Amino acid sequence: MLNLAVIIAFVCIAVALLLNFWRLIRGPSLPDRILALDTMYINTVALLVLFGIYQGLTVFFEAALIIALMGFVSTVALCKYLLRGDIIE
Amino acid sequence: MLDLLTSFFLVVGGLFALIGSIGLARLPDLFMRLHGPTKATTLGVGGILIASMLHFSSLDSGLSLHELLVALFLLITAPVSAHLIARTMIHLRGGTGTVVDEREAGPQQGGTDQR
Repeated sequence: MLNLAVIIAFVCIAVALLLNFWRLIRGPSLPDRILALDTMYINTVALLVLFGIYQGLTVFFEAALIIALMGFVSTVALCKYLLRGDIIE
Repeated sequence: MLDLLTSFFLVVGGLFALIGSIGLARLPDLFMRLHGPTKATTLGVGGILIASMLHFSSLDSGLSLHELLVALFLLITAPVSAHLIARTMIHLRGGTGTVVDEREAGPQQGGTDQR
């Protein structure tokens, strides 16, 4: 039961990542691509947590936390670069 | 019983994440596209984290609260990044486009995002 639910969630997240990647390639403007990258790291956090449930290990939460932190910082850095032409003034 | 609840949260979280990404891929405008990831995908990841919390709390003897940290961080940072992306888009296309009087009045064009 739980195994089937984990596999269904895996398939959903994988399709979601493919759709995000399509938007990342296709996206007409630069903020579209930043938004696609933002959604990709959120989906990657979900994928890591799912993999932790699947394996029964708790090691993956730290990796998920680090990916969440770095993804937010990279989104802010890309947006600041587009807004001001510089990241740290 | 707890297994059933965990499976429910897993499936609902996965479906919400998928719905958010479909919204990102299919909606026509960037300002519409912002709604999918910032709301639906965050809710989906929150559902998966709740499922993980239930699962590991039932496996080990102790309560497992690592996931709460990730969920809290994502819930705090999703609106901030969406706001920044929207501001970047407004800046790149040169102002909000709805205020006409400001452009005719003075030299500061498209004034909201020039701090």
